[in-house]
Amino acid sequence: MALYLLRRGIAALLLVFAVTSGALLLAQLAPGDYASQFGLSVDEIAAQRHTLGLDRPFTEQYTRWLRRGLTLDFGESFQLRRPVTELVRERAANTALLALSALVLATVLGIPAGIFTGSRRSGAALRLLRGLSLVLLSVPPLISSLVLLTIAARTGWLPVSGMDGPSHFVVPTLALALPIAAMLERLQSQTIRDALNRPFAISARARGIPEGRIVWRHGWRQSLGPVLAIYGVVIGSLFSGSFAVEMVTSWPGLAELMRQALMTRDTYLVAGCAAAGAGFLAIGILASDVAHALADPRIEGAHGA
Amino acid sequence: MREVRTGAFAFAMLALLVLAAPLLAPYDPGRQFPGYQYAPPMRPHVVDADGTWHLPFGYALRSVDPLERRYAEDRTRRVTLSQDSPWFLLGSDALGRDVLSRLLIGARLSLGVALLSALLAIAIGAGVGAAAGYAGGWIDALLMRTADLVIVLPGIYVVLALRGVLPLVLTTTEVFGGLVGVLGLVGWPAVARGVRGILIVERRLEYAEAARALGAGPLRMLARHLLPATRGFLAVQATILVPAFVMAEATLSFVGLGFAAPAPSWGAMLNDAAAVRIAADAPWLLAPAAAIFATVFVVQAVTSDHDTVFATEPPS
Repeated sequence: MALYLLRRGIAALLLVFAVTSGALLLAQLAPGDYASQFGLSVDEIAAQRHTLGLDRPFTEQYTRWLRRGLTLDFGESFQLRRPVTELVRERAANTALLALSALVLATVLGIPAGIFTGSRRSGAALRLLRGLSLVLLSVPPLISSLVLLTIAARTGWLPVSGMDGPSHFVVPTLALALPIAAMLERLQSQTIRDALNRPFAISARARGIPEGRIVWRHGWRQSLGPVLAIYGVVIGSLFSGSFAVEMVTSWPGLAELMRQALMTRDTYLVAGCAAAGAGFLAIGILASDVAHALADPRIEGAHGA
Repeated sequence: MREVRTGAFAFAMLALLVLAAPLLAPYDPGRQFPGYQYAPPMRPHVVDADGTWHLPFGYALRSVDPLERRYAEDRTRRVTLSQDSPWFLLGSDALGRDVLSRLLIGARLSLGVALLSALLAIAIGAGVGAAAGYAGGWIDALLMRTADLVIVLPGIYVVLALRGVLPLVLTTTEVFGGLVGVLGLVGWPAVARGVRGILIVERRLEYAEAARALGAGPLRMLARHLLPATRGFLAVQATILVPAFVMAEATLSFVGLGFAAPAPSWGAMLNDAAAVRIAADAPWLLAPAAAIFATVFVVQAVTSDHDTVFATEPPS
């Protein structure tokens, strides 16, 4: 287990390193830079570049940034003149909060629904749930948030933007969680159906164990592995969806900061946002790997050698 | 090969919509009807107030309160899809432009980008997957690790970062090309993984051995014998990529990094409707959201066996 954890941990660190370096490189490839966008004279641009360190070769800028990055100092935002770490910390916490509450909600809704639909053969509730999740699968978070927002604005039941209290969580969390809940429902439904067709379930039925107990005690445990494994992927789509939801509901998270940083060519801020996002992603994938390994000890040796 | 046929069918329908859009759109998408800002959708009728039957028509709108933009039906004037007095089947936007026409013409941009970038992603993915599966060794390892990295990243952020490399202000044509390129670059890894997995299995089968024994070179092996085996998989991938790319275009245009006004892409139209008060007062401006939903839903419904969506990756 320790070796497996170590290997996955190193992979997570590599992910963060690759993403931040990639973001910095891409921001560097973009035409123009921060200094050149204000219509200044050539001399002023040169002076600006010098103070910001943009006149040095990219490799030098990069190694310097990397050395400081090891101590969690990701430089200073050109535009806001504040340390990137400070700017990103607050926004990243908000994004993480939204993502986490959506993940919990999606799990609470999706997994039981999946177990239910996967263990029934017919019935109105089954058809209703299945239809609902097929519809929700086709609703990207951009649309779910726009629609929920419109409903909130027309009825006046819920606040429509920002984050000033618990009620502000409802629209963004629901918008982000519902499509993911549908995805989890489909997967859980399919895996539990497979599990219930295996010999152990048939023999349990033959021994007279009640169907409910077979499903919730035995079948569910068997289907846990694939479901936990998908969480690594879900975290990626969670952040993707969170971008759209944050933009629609004016959530003060990473999305808006990253967009602004990209549009103003604020190179270090872009890389800082990428570092924070990649960090969350790595932690999420690591957690998913660990949970998967705990649920299914066979995975340790077989997984990504 | 059911996947191939259904996938091709979905593609053909979308492509048809893209091509036929100018014929179906009642008005020019940029035409502004003065005095018709935020006009609500005008319902079609076949029977008028006197009980006489007509071809489908709408009642003209009369402005009740120009400041609050409230309108009432004028039951004495019937309008058809003629060019002088507008019939807004899906309402009009802030500039008095016909939402339906913009939606149809916007389909060319939104679906066009999605279809072309899905083709590009599949082409790149098949190429990379073929190279990895056929070459093996460190080339395989390098390509697949890269693919794994891109797969776990949140797609929209990668798209955003790549979009950042292009200049901020572009013409509509440049945006179109740029988006196709960017989305193609982000979409290939899942395709490549699958193609590689299939090739590794297929190249050991007897027909492949036979072809090799008869002296077929690597290129002929791939083009004639091995890649055709991935057709079903590629069709399924297309039905996954197209909806994903429709959403990506919408999101990018929505945040102002894709198509910009006055280009009527679905995302750019949603951007117009983004202000909360507008969406609440004129919900018909969310029509592009319905169009995106319909597109995604149709493509998913066409690949009817939904449970296979999660099982598309063959064992590697």
